[in-house]
Amino acid sequence: MDNALRELYQEVILDHSRHPRHYGAMAGASHKAEGYNPLCGDRVTVYLNLDADGRVADIAFEGKGCAISQASASMMAALLKGRTKEDAEKLMEGFLHLVRGEDAPGLSDDDRETLEVMGGISEFPMRVKCATLAWHTFRNAVEEGRMATEEGAA
Amino acid sequence: MTAPVKIAMPFDAEAVRARFPILSRTVYGKKLVYLDSGASAQKPDVVLDAMRDFAQSEYANVHRGVHFLSAAATDRYEAARRTVQKFLNAAREDEIVFTKGGTEAINLVAYSHLMPTIQPGDEIVLSVMEHHSNIVPWHFLRERCGAVLHWVDVADDGSLDVESLDGAIGPKTKLVAITHMSNVLGTVTPLKEIIARAHAKGVPVLADGCQGAVHEIVDVQALDIDFYVLTGHKLYGPTGIGALYARRAHLKAMRPFNGGGEMIREVMKDRITYADPPARFEAGTPPIIEAAGLGAALDWLMGLDRAAVAAHEHDLLSFAREQVSQFNWLRVIGDAPGKGAILSFEADGMHAHDLATILDREGVAVRAGHHCAQVLMERFNVTSTTRASFALYNTRADVDALVAGLAKAREVLHG
Repeated sequence: MDNALRELYQEVILDHSRHPRHYGAMAGASHKAEGYNPLCGDRVTVYLNLDADGRVADIAFEGKGCAISQASASMMAALLKGRTKEDAEKLMEGFLHLVRGEDAPGLSDDDRETLEVMGGISEFPMRVKCATLAWHTFRNAVEEGRMATEEGAA
Repeated sequence: MTAPVKIAMPFDAEAVRARFPILSRTVYGKKLVYLDSGASAQKPDVVLDAMRDFAQSEYANVHRGVHFLSAAATDRYEAARRTVQKFLNAAREDEIVFTKGGTEAINLVAYSHLMPTIQPGDEIVLSVMEHHSNIVPWHFLRERCGAVLHWVDVADDGSLDVESLDGAIGPKTKLVAITHMSNVLGTVTPLKEIIARAHAKGVPVLADGCQGAVHEIVDVQALDIDFYVLTGHKLYGPTGIGALYARRAHLKAMRPFNGGGEMIREVMKDRITYADPPARFEAGTPPIIEAAGLGAALDWLMGLDRAAVAAHEHDLLSFAREQVSQFNWLRVIGDAPGKGAILSFEADGMHAHDLATILDREGVAVRAGHHCAQVLMERFNVTSTTRASFALYNTRADVDALVAGLAKAREVLHG
């Protein structure tokens, strides 16, 4: 088989897409955002619970999409749980570099190893958006997705 | 200019194929199998040559210079209009308006024909299988003028029931806007009957012929249609040019849409008079080289035995339909009787974009997504489909490559 294709659809990605981690709606999320890819009609919703320190205490997603977008969302959720907002932002920067086939100097070795699995997408420029949809949606959830609460405003 | 080529019966797909230089290239080291002609068709050498020759020897702006080249270019541009007239069998050449494509042609009807007279509550009847270009201009009229969109469903096999369409046409209907051939399902609509029903109630009909004109022989007089839209790039011609056929009486009553040069008779400080149609609707310098290309494409097409072309495309479709039926994980969407050469499907556990990526690496170009037909996607409860669309240059070997690619995709994604 084509090496680029083998790299893209490697077992760990297919496994995440078939058995996504942290999948499903989250009741009582503090933050939520919906992402949409108009190119393919794929949708993803990211739910977060950010604690008082700005840490991702819990994360979940749901949506329909291709193997790449589902795997990327699943891997992102697994990776971000327990991280601070600032950490998450750095991971996202690093991820965006990797999927464009660039070096990502800001990442720890462990994180790089995890995220590099998605690096094969850089050979498929038309598909990069599939991989980044969940991450952009996560960022939107953090920045603009605060949910109204009973005690809170709005 | 290269003369139109007459291909002897039986239809020789290999000979036709040889006229398309791009089809001999490879992608990722594999033979290119181009099954995305529904999005845009490849161009034969006669079109490429005509555009190059014209630009090299006869090009200038049209309709204004008195010099030699301007006259030559104007002749070529107007000759292309007559070629479109002939292609659609329009009664008069001034019933053909050049546009930048099918989308602009439909927008022109929305702005110039309907918008000046439409009242809140007036209805536009359209089917759920329309391309966004035959939906969004009518949404504009809904948003801005209070028009009501009246949707006609299709059957589960994708066919359109004339009775239900007829039932949707009421006293407030101002237009029926319907595709001639669905870009997703391949369904060919019974235009003649639809038009007869609509006219019986005094309602004009617009047909989106962007797909239909490629695969069907269109006779606007026999159809008695009001508006027929086509685009050049799906007809083996260049991008950037399309045409609106509109009955003379409609064109004369329509107000201009774009304002600028070419479309006026007289411009004063306090008044303006407009040119007669079709110039009234062709503001600005038109796509002149593209017109030469479109003319060459249509001349070439008309030089072929189009019944034989249609038979060839239908053979490809039924062969493909039969071949994919071996995959119990694949569901074809659109099986209307007499449909055109488009095969859309979804696959269990395989997203259209993953399928299309894997097919692409095998050299097989297909379209994946919602195909600018989200209303239809919703009707069939899918977010996207994979679509193989066939053209006159495709062969059974292309279908074989598609089928092999699908089996491969299954193996990659499901092991």
